[in-house]
Amino acid sequence: MNHFRDDLTALLPPYAQSLGMFVRHMDGTGPVIEMPFDQKIQGRPGFLHGGAISGLLEMAAIAAIHQALIARHGDAPIRQVNVTIDFMRGGLPQTSYAAGTIARMGRSMANVNARAWQGDPEKPIATAQMHYLIKSAQGG
Amino acid sequence: MDIENPVSTFTEGTPFDPELVNRFMSKFGHGGFLNMEYSQHGEDWVELAIDWRDDLVGDPGTGVMASAVVISLLDNATSMSIWQKRGAFVPQVTMDLRLDYLRPSPAGKRVYGRGICYHISRKIGFVRGIAHNGDLEDPLAYASGTFIRLEGWQS
Repeated sequence: MNHFRDDLTALLPPYAQSLGMFVRHMDGTGPVIEMPFDQKIQGRPGFLHGGAISGLLEMAAIAAIHQALIARHGDAPIRQVNVTIDFMRGGLPQTSYAAGTIARMGRSMANVNARAWQGDPEKPIATAQMHYLIKSAQGG
Repeated sequence: MDIENPVSTFTEGTPFDPELVNRFMSKFGHGGFLNMEYSQHGEDWVELAIDWRDDLVGDPGTGVMASAVVISLLDNATSMSIWQKRGAFVPQVTMDLRLDYLRPSPAGKRVYGRGICYHISRKIGFVRGIAHNGDLEDPLAYASGTFIRLEGWQS
C-alpha cells in the first residue's frame, strides 16, 4: 500500500510538489493529500489563499481519478474541463488535507467531488465538483 | 497609503488603487510565491498576470501551467475588481468560484487574468473572469463567482 502511495505522489505535478503536497495515506475511499502550512500558501493575513486550497482540491481529484483508472483498466491521461469550488470556512495556518470521490467514471469522462479539511474532517474548509475528460489510447 | 504597512493598505474604506494594492499583495504569501503582477485596470475590472515557471507546471509531459495557478490569478483579479467597482477596500472572502478551462495555458506563456465585477449588493460582489495569454479574443478559461463582505473584520 505504501508503494502505491508513493507512486501516486510521484504522479502529482511540479506545482503540487512546490507547494509541499504529497499523498499522506490511502483511506477506505481513496488517496488523502496533505498540504503543510507555509507562507507560500497564505492569502489575507492569518488565512490560507483560496487558490492554494483549490489546488489541493484539484490534486485530490487527480489522485482519485488515477487510482480509479489504475484499478479499472490501467492509467490514462486526463484533462480537466471545469471546477466549481465552495469556500466554507477560512483556512487556518495549519496542515490541510483533501480527498476526492469519484461520483461517476465513464469511458470518456469522470465526475469527481473533492473536500478539504484541517483539524476536523467533518468540518470542510472547502468542497469542489470537477469534470475531467479521460483520453483513450485511440486519442479520444 | 503606506505600501510597506498592510494595516493601512487593508483598512476598511481605504480608497482603492489596484496597482498599489497588488504591489503589496505580490510581496508576501501566495501572491508573492506566484509573483502575481499588476497588468491593467478599468472602471470595474482589474487584470493581473503570472509568468510561466517550471515549478508551476501542471503536466510535466507538456509543460502546461497548473490549472490551480489560473484559479489563484482569477481569485485575486475578481476580488480586486469588486474593490475597483466600489472604489474602496472592503474586507471580503470568496464564497464560490467556477472555472471552465477552454484550453491549457501553454509552456513558457505568461498568463493574464482579468476579473470583472458586474454587480454589487450590500453584502455580495458578483464577478466574472477571463484568463488568456495576451489576446483577450483567445481566452483559455472563463470564471464566475461571488464574494461576501465580512462584517466587523478588524485589520
